[in-house]
Amino acid sequence: MTGYNYTILIPIIPLVMFLVTGLLGMKWKPIVSGLLGTVGMGSSWLLSIITAASYFFGGHHAEGFQTIIPFEMTWLRFTESLVIKMGVLLDPISVMMLVVITTVSFMVHLYSIGYMHGEKGFQRFFAFLSLFTFSMLGLVIATNIFQMYIFWELVGVSSFLLIGFYYQKPSAVAASKKAFIVTRFADLGFLVGILILSFVTKTFDFAQLTQPGTTIFGSAASMSFLGISAMTWAMTLIFIGGAGKSAMFPLHIWLPDAMEGPTPVSALIHAATMVVAGVYLVARMFPVIHFQAPAAQEIVGYVGGFTSLFAAVIAITQYDIKRVLAFSTLSQLGYMMLSLGVSGYGGEEGLGYMASMFHLFTHAMFKALLFLGAGSIIHAVHSNYMYDMGGLRKYMPITHITFLIACLTIAGVPFLSGFFSKDEILVAALHHNKLLFAIEFIVAGLTAFYMFRLYFSVFWGKDRHYHHTPHESPLVMTIPLMFLAFASIFAGYLPFTELVTSDKVGFESEMNYMVAIPSILIGFLGIAVAWILYKKESDIPAKLAKSWGILYTATYNKFYFDEIYLFVTRKIIFNYISRPIAWFDRHIVDGFMVGIGTVTEKASYKIKGMQSGQLQHYAFAFVAGALALALFMIYYLM
Amino acid sequence: MIQGIPLEHFLVVSTIMFFIGVCGFIIRRNLITMLMAVELILNSVNINFVVFNRYLYPDQLQGQFFSLFIVGIAAAEASVAIALIINIYRKLKNIEVENVSELKF
Amino acid sequence: MNILTLLVVIPILTIISILFTKDLKGARVVSAVGMGIQLVVAAVLLFMYLGARQTGNMHEMLFTADYTWFKSLNIHYSIGVDGIAVAMICLTAIVTFAGIFASWEMAYLSREFFVLLILLATAVYGFFISLDLFTMFLFYELALIPMYPLIGIWGSGPKEKSAMKLTLMLMAGSALIMVGIFGLYYNSAPNGGPLTFNIIEISKIIIPEKTQMFFFPFAFVGFGILGALFPFHTWSPDGHASAPTAVSMLHAGVLMKLGGYGCFRVAMFLMPQAANSMAWIFIILTSISVVYGAFGAIWQKDLKFINAYSSVSHCGLVIFALLMMNQTAMDGAILQMISHGLMTALFFALIGMIYGRTHTRNVTEMGGLMKVIPFLAVVYMIAGFASLGLPGLSGFVAEMTVFVGAFQHQDMFHRVVTVIACSSIVITAVYILRVVGMMLLGPIKDPHHEHLEDAKWYEKLSTVTLLVSVAAVGIAPLWLSEVISGSLKPIVDKLAAVIPF
Repeated sequence: MTGYNYTILIPIIPLVMFLVTGLLGMKWKPIVSGLLGTVGMGSSWLLSIITAASYFFGGHHAEGFQTIIPFEMTWLRFTESLVIKMGVLLDPISVMMLVVITTVSFMVHLYSIGYMHGEKGFQRFFAFLSLFTFSMLGLVIATNIFQMYIFWELVGVSSFLLIGFYYQKPSAVAASKKAFIVTRFADLGFLVGILILSFVTKTFDFAQLTQPGTTIFGSAASMSFLGISAMTWAMTLIFIGGAGKSAMFPLHIWLPDAMEGPTPVSALIHAATMVVAGVYLVARMFPVIHFQAPAAQEIVGYVGGFTSLFAAVIAITQYDIKRVLAFSTLSQLGYMMLSLGVSGYGGEEGLGYMASMFHLFTHAMFKALLFLGAGSIIHAVHSNYMYDMGGLRKYMPITHITFLIACLTIAGVPFLSGFFSKDEILVAALHHNKLLFAIEFIVAGLTAFYMFRLYFSVFWGKDRHYHHTPHESPLVMTIPLMFLAFASIFAGYLPFTELVTSDKVGFESEMNYMVAIPSILIGFLGIAVAWILYKKESDIPAKLAKSWGILYTATYNKFYFDEIYLFVTRKIIFNYISRPIAWFDRHIVDGFMVGIGTVTEKASYKIKGMQSGQLQHYAFAFVAGALALALFMIYYLM
Repeated sequence: MIQGIPLEHFLVVSTIMFFIGVCGFIIRRNLITMLMAVELILNSVNINFVVFNRYLYPDQLQGQFFSLFIVGIAAAEASVAIALIINIYRKLKNIEVENVSELKF
Repeated sequence: MNILTLLVVIPILTIISILFTKDLKGARVVSAVGMGIQLVVAAVLLFMYLGARQTGNMHEMLFTADYTWFKSLNIHYSIGVDGIAVAMICLTAIVTFAGIFASWEMAYLSREFFVLLILLATAVYGFFISLDLFTMFLFYELALIPMYPLIGIWGSGPKEKSAMKLTLMLMAGSALIMVGIFGLYYNSAPNGGPLTFNIIEISKIIIPEKTQMFFFPFAFVGFGILGALFPFHTWSPDGHASAPTAVSMLHAGVLMKLGGYGCFRVAMFLMPQAANSMAWIFIILTSISVVYGAFGAIWQKDLKFINAYSSVSHCGLVIFALLMMNQTAMDGAILQMISHGLMTALFFALIGMIYGRTHTRNVTEMGGLMKVIPFLAVVYMIAGFASLGLPGLSGFVAEMTVFVGAFQHQDMFHRVVTVIACSSIVITAVYILRVVGMMLLGPIKDPHHEHLEDAKWYEKLSTVTLLVSVAAVGIAPLWLSEVISGSLKPIVDKLAAVIPF
């Protein structure tokens, strides 16, 4: 192919923008940082589109897409074979991700110029957005697992900085810390997984690890620890790393709190990009997981399925718009993980893989749209809570229509992109694991229900008393909404089965009406129930909530997992581990050392009594000593 | 050989004198009495020198010369000691050895 | 004159010049100039070293010189460097330079303070360039003694007690080292011939195993006390907390590295069989250090205590990696020495600057400082990220090299302890973020803190020097790790020759 060398610019441009706006942004007017960031992002976006166009549509790919590495350099050498390289890897999923990330980021940049207008720290916001995008781009184009880990950590830090953007609010600070620590904990698993993997295979390189028919796993067969094979350990631990970033149960607790960040941040990070990093990791390592550690793949599927159901149930009861959307994201991520968990490899078998990536793509578009729309609403109403909103369709038409489109998409209404991608997942699940299929089917219904609960409560129902009349957002905020709505509608028509597959060879796929029709029906059922309960003001929801009693309260409180987290960190780690260790160190270890000093001091005090100043004591000691020495010499030495 | 008195007899006498002197030095409280004990020690050593000289090296005189040294030095030392004792008396109004113990911890 | 001797002469000349100055202004300018020149010399040395290696000079030690000092005992002033020593010398130069600027406002007995501080630095340079055990020990002691007046006079809090504790515990370490050194000396000529103190010569002979087993613990524990080996680390929290800023910077940043350096250059290099047999004991101790230090740091309220326990954790990792005895892990150990040295110096500098403004080191009494002193707060946050091992900063490079290297070991035991040591990345994140969250973020806690002055030029210079070094190692680590691994190769080969792998 013609040189793809320009692809290195795709992450470099945001990096440069970060440095420029970060170091110099304060010297200029705020809008300059906003424009620089947006223009930079726009350029990266264009370059990504060009890359995708030429990669996917330029040339013959009957034998499958090639992995192209236009750039690679050695960054750090551990041993002869274990080397961290920094490079750009282009293959179907990474090119797809480039498009996803740059598109959403570009829209978010544009949107933020309006949303963050007048806020203190405007420059800082754009600097961090660029930093984040740079890190995320670096993550997806990584040529080896350690490079991915490096950018993984950088993504974590950018997320920390962005969630804690309003750093003077204690709740934001707590949320950013929680996000970082929970994902760090998962990263520990990731790291140990990398260590095990590299010990077995002696390489970090993706191309070597995922090559079909590779022999580097030869030594793995004999290795095991506590009865579980080394590869299963490695892949499960790596999955744990992914599960942290993608907020799979039970590492999901950071995501709802992460809504403390400004809404564009939620759109970018917690809807479309960072949270899919875990899914991407599993997809990247898919051949290894599928062939070397099938047990791990099962775990992926079940964790995904459970998370999906768990989050959907909680989403039904939440009142904060952003929290509903956050749990919705968790649920959809569960879909993606599940799809990978049930996938085979190669051709039709790899349907799950393709569906997962497809859903990732469509979800990014409509979820970002939902969040940005939510931002628009929050901006207008100055509150996050659904009970402060109602009847907004009259005041915010563009937001209304685009939000509706997104809701329809996520509910799986036919001809919109969500329908196509979700459908493929259901088909893949049906073929592999009936239980998981059943779970996802139910979740599809729940999804439609809670999304439309949200939609109707906000845009229909009785008008609330607003402080000042809500008005539509400025153009700079509505253009991204419209663009994303457009993408949500038409992305479904991209021929994904030919472009992004598990073995990089395209295949044909047909609509499975056995699955499609029931899924459409359950989607409509969900919408209908929501219509009945929420379109007009009524007290039926409240009565229903009461009748569910404890179950409702538990769900409303997110099953108390946050309380468990706080308990573990505050009480256990802080009080029962750290404090005793600090006490032990101060009083026992240090006490021992000081004790040596004290003992010496006391002994010295006793001994100094010998220096009595009494002449006769000295004389006695002298004579006795001389006598002892003389006797010793006479009787022992002679 | 002084009329057949064996060497050991003299040595026993001088040893007894020595240890009486040491005893006296350690036990007595009065400084002057301690001084007298020191004289006893020195004299016992003198006896030893003279006797060894006479019995073991009869044709040489080093031992006896040395005992003269000792006598002279004992005299000098006694006078210095008396001077000290006089000064101590002037300060403390008594000459108990227990009271001169300021050089301690 | 040999460039290495220059490294010792320049500080001595600086000290003499300071004695001619009259007050704080003179003393600090002379010190800054002197240490600036030293920084330049260190950089020149680095380039000369790289150049020499490029042209294929493969000797173990470069720029050697040798003067007999005490003929009858065969004590020489014998100097030479390899890559590791050069890296440590550069570290010292940077930290000392930053330390001078961090003490720019030391008004009490300024001249004496700077004299003692630079004396400390002189001794450290001497230690790193020495190839003769006796001279090395001499410089080691010389580095130890000034700590007592520096902490006891210019410190804060229970300074006399901390100074006493620090000095006595480290002296106990020296006593043990001395036994180890004399053990080596008296066994340095098994085939007859003169006894020698020279490290290179001793490394060429094989000391009988029983003797090694006897003397190795002395030397290793002796150096380990300085390198914060559990359970001998307790001088560190009190000592660093009471010490003045530049002294903490220099001590935690550089002097504690003498411990690690001595552990491998003297104890492990010269007594490899004993090192191999006894490694497991110390591996357990150091892995406890790593986790224990980190947990201990979580609970602390005093910033300096947090940093001291953090140092215990990170320095524990150094010795842990050394004991793994393979090329990669030992590379990681040296990298960690350099990385941690820079980071902890940066931390102590910042803590000193914050303390100078808020007059409290208690984290619970401060809050929201990001709004008030943004420069210092941002640098602190970056330093915090370096400490928890964020890629792009030096901590990541060092820690990952250690973990990957340690994990490659054949033995399951070693791999399990490596995983335990890895858990420190989470615990470190907890205490770092706790401090950042409490102190820098959130609302401003104390109304008195609302109007504090941000960093002055010399404070900026001090912190930025260290920060840039940390970032440089973090972003482009290859050249440094190549320099270090090249020099480690002969040592690792020697270890491998005696150890059944």
